[in-house]
Amino acid sequence: MPDNVLTLHYDIEGNDFTSAGEASGDVKRKLRMLGISPNTIRKLAVAMYEGEINQVIHANGGHIDVEITPQLIKIVLSDEGPGIPDVEAAMSEGFSTATEEIHNMGFGAGMGLPNMKKYSDTFELETEVGKGTVITMTVNIE
Amino acid sequence: MKISEIAEILGAESLTGEEYYDLDIKSACGSDMMSDVLAFHKEEGMLLTGLVNLQVVRTAQMMDIRCIVFVRGKRPDDSILELAKDNDITVLCTKDRLFGACGKLYCAGMPE
Repeated sequence: MPDNVLTLHYDIEGNDFTSAGEASGDVKRKLRMLGISPNTIRKLAVAMYEGEINQVIHANGGHIDVEITPQLIKIVLSDEGPGIPDVEAAMSEGFSTATEEIHNMGFGAGMGLPNMKKYSDTFELETEVGKGTVITMTVNIE
Repeated sequence: MKISEIAEILGAESLTGEEYYDLDIKSACGSDMMSDVLAFHKEEGMLLTGLVNLQVVRTAQMMDIRCIVFVRGKRPDDSILELAKDNDITVLCTKDRLFGACGKLYCAGMPE
């Protein structure tokens, strides 16, 4: 791996709402230390945070790998959760399968995946019911 | 609008971050749904909410929101205030309801 690539790995606990967002917060702090523009950091942080929350809510946890190069930041969210049966529905604003409990936490508005797509420059989703989901996003560094 | 003015308009109590009272807040968002905040919020803003949990502060952290107002007299616990402090976020608490608090700020010239 070239010297100018920084990689980070996080394991996300399922159904743990206290620590949900810690990984995204940590990446945000590190990007700030690297002197990356606030706008780029905000886009990345929101996209990753929504992904992290999704892993906590829907996938019984997962893994997040972050790769920071001089040109872009790549995030790979992988889980061994239930998978997404209807990707088209899941990608549309307002569609949610979250429980009442999740709504009470302030999430499950059906904006998670749309927000991730909105804030990233590239977005790819691979999912298989019963196997899990892998989402790869990149955000270009301004 | 300075955070000090916001606190005065809402008759709000400061729970942490009074050192940022001179900070200029350029827009506000009122919501209990954090995903909506993550979708629509603008820069250098504030959040008014009736939801009280750690994810409110995490959402603010991701969006660079510098001031959170908890409405209906709801008081966050110490873990919430600690996280806000770590992220340089001012936390206010008002007895107003969400609609009333937003209305007062809007009438005083706070943009969406």
